[in-house]
Amino acid sequence: MNFDFSDEQKQLRDSARRFLEKQSSVAVVRRVLEGDEGYDRELWQGLAEMGFTGAAIPEEFGGAGLGYLELCVIAEELGRAVAPVPFSSTVYLAAEFLLAAGNDAQKKNYLPKIAAGEVIGTFAYAETAGEVTAERIKATVSGGKLSGTKIPVADGSIADFAVVAAQSGSGLGLYLVDLTGPGVTRTVVDTIDPSRKHARIVFDGAPVEQLGSGDAEAVIAAVYDRAAVLTAFEQVGGSDRALEMARDYALERIAFGRQIGSFQAIKHILADMYVSATLARSNCYWGAYALSTGSAELPEAAASCRVSATKAFQHCSTNNIQVHGGMGFTWQFDCHLYYKRSNLLALNLGSLSVWENRLIARMRARNSARDAA
Amino acid sequence: MNFDDTPEEAKFRAEVRAWISANAPHDLDEDLKKSGLAGLRLPGRDIMAESKAWQKKKADAGWAVPHWPKEYGGRGATPIERVVWQQEEGLYNQLAQPFAIGQGMCGPTVMAYASEDLKRKYLPKLASGEEIWCQLFSEPAGGSDVAALRTRAEKADGSDEWVINGQKIWTSGAQYSDYGILLTRTDPNVPKHAGLTMFIVDMKAPGVEVRPIHQMNGGRGFNEVFFENVRIHDSHRLGAVNDGWNVALTTLMNERMSIGSRLATGFPEIFGFVADFQLPDGPAIDNAAVRAKLADWAVKSSGLRYTAFRAISSLSKGERPGPENSIGKLVAGVMTQDIAKYAMELEAEAGVLTSQEDAPAAALFQNMVLNSPGMRIAGGTDEILRNIIAERVLGLPGDVRVDKNVPFNQAPGR
Repeated sequence: MNFDFSDEQKQLRDSARRFLEKQSSVAVVRRVLEGDEGYDRELWQGLAEMGFTGAAIPEEFGGAGLGYLELCVIAEELGRAVAPVPFSSTVYLAAEFLLAAGNDAQKKNYLPKIAAGEVIGTFAYAETAGEVTAERIKATVSGGKLSGTKIPVADGSIADFAVVAAQSGSGLGLYLVDLTGPGVTRTVVDTIDPSRKHARIVFDGAPVEQLGSGDAEAVIAAVYDRAAVLTAFEQVGGSDRALEMARDYALERIAFGRQIGSFQAIKHILADMYVSATLARSNCYWGAYALSTGSAELPEAAASCRVSATKAFQHCSTNNIQVHGGMGFTWQFDCHLYYKRSNLLALNLGSLSVWENRLIARMRARNSARDAA
Repeated sequence: MNFDDTPEEAKFRAEVRAWISANAPHDLDEDLKKSGLAGLRLPGRDIMAESKAWQKKKADAGWAVPHWPKEYGGRGATPIERVVWQQEEGLYNQLAQPFAIGQGMCGPTVMAYASEDLKRKYLPKLASGEEIWCQLFSEPAGGSDVAALRTRAEKADGSDEWVINGQKIWTSGAQYSDYGILLTRTDPNVPKHAGLTMFIVDMKAPGVEVRPIHQMNGGRGFNEVFFENVRIHDSHRLGAVNDGWNVALTTLMNERMSIGSRLATGFPEIFGFVADFQLPDGPAIDNAAVRAKLADWAVKSSGLRYTAFRAISSLSKGERPGPENSIGKLVAGVMTQDIAKYAMELEAEAGVLTSQEDAPAAALFQNMVLNSPGMRIAGGTDEILRNIIAERVLGLPGDVRVDKNVPFNQAPGR
């Protein structure tokens, strides 16, 4: 059994970490958080130059053709650094939709530019509060033109193109839309984590190109499973960093004449953070295995790592503040960067209860299939 | 990243599988499958006799304790081969339970500290199940704080013997043990960790009295063990006089090394239960609240499984597993208790029933509710396990100890 990343993948992790410690320092994260820029351009270009945006894009489409295990490693480091870049929208979603449903011309048009960091893509899905379902999508394509409103769209204000889920005469479909073209009005909206900007996009007769002709809901589910694994790695990276921050503070802070980390009340909080982060990491390895091998276990593994990592990051980022006491509640300390990111990542592919529900449905399907066999 | 055996592991697994298939007590299969969290049940049979028979059969073929050296009853298997053996033994591993403490904790301690003569005398019979061992550390005055123990060992005047007086508690299997490893206080005038000495004790020696403890779940697996002027020859001392704490650490390190054996959590049981159990609006598993609970336990259960796989992978590469495996019992204990309580909550009024005939799911969850508090205490309480994670994994400082550097007989609470 070799249920671990390879030495080469671990080297990739080290180099990604070194790069991000320099290029995605908390100063960089705060600049985006407090500014209007939308993302850090220099960091984004650097990620492309490192080959990270195209890590899992096949070489024939201009990618590095490394693979999904490598992308998981990179995702963990991005999460650890709370990187302020449109990586997940572009790489986990837009590129994956193109790979899953795009025709050759569409892939050739977009994927090399994603790999080169020349374009930003996103997926425009939600329109209203509550779990997104096909029935709740009112945006409509008619005569090759899209109308409707999508909110919130991750990186919607900075993206060059979007994959949009919209209704047409034949049901839900997926469409490619040039967000810099006519019929598109974008406004930045305030969100829980301003280091990752979101937008309201109003489409009013925007020209579209159909993306795939199959069952759009099935494509979305498949892409979301893949994105769930990658996002879970970001969440695990964030969990580990939040745990480290809390540990370091517990060692450094003196109260009642001793390091607060010597009090069992603090130790037990930290031990529980370690437990949740460890369980999430192990589930993520399963997800990475399933994602990289195209295993039939992917839907169950993806839901498992999504649920586990969402809980872990929420748990660790919340308790990181608690261990820091009053200082953790200040703007000056970095705890809130992780707390905000954990709350964003917990929701942006659908909430915990949605994934819990999926997980149980999928486990049940597997059990029935096994019983039938 | 894969789950595949290396060619050597695959070859070893095939050999193990063939031997088990040809030799296992298949007549027990049905009962063993039904056992599990509620404990081993072999209706109409003597569990100890069946356990000893299977252990002896394994011993004759060299499979008794595969990772021990050949001369002591093993076959010199590597750590990863040990895991493969445990995975393949599977169901039948339940029969190894009476020997688990002896082979898992006492054996390695004897191997590390006893004379060659004693190793050859005791270890092969411990391996083959002919003799059973127990571990005598905890006392009424020292459970989590085991170094606070008070059982005295004093050198008898003009002889090579030690005289033991005192009491141990929570000793699993003492009622059927032949020998034990016994931690005693040999010097009360120095701080608590510095005055301890370890011995091998004959459990049938004059002055040893075993009294079963009636547990809250009705069982009697634990015991109190009283020592009144019990004599132990100095040759049966393990390690130097007053170095018993270091010897005990060897024992305790082995306690948490059991990587291949699966920790019971109750998850498969509750998943099966809610798939069939009907709530007023349909199967329980279709209820959103039930699903949220199940999902939480599902990812803990898979998290533990894949955490173990990560440790196994380290072994497979010849590396030492990382500290992540230390979370197992902490997660599994609470989870078992929560699962049992939730199943009873779904059963509603009928959840109070405890007989196999009347209670839903043959009283599985009622048994779990009554067993699970013990799981969270035995082998290190949840709180001690959290301290261990915080101090040894995360590097936090130890708690302030008011008895540190104070002679044991002058420490607070004495």
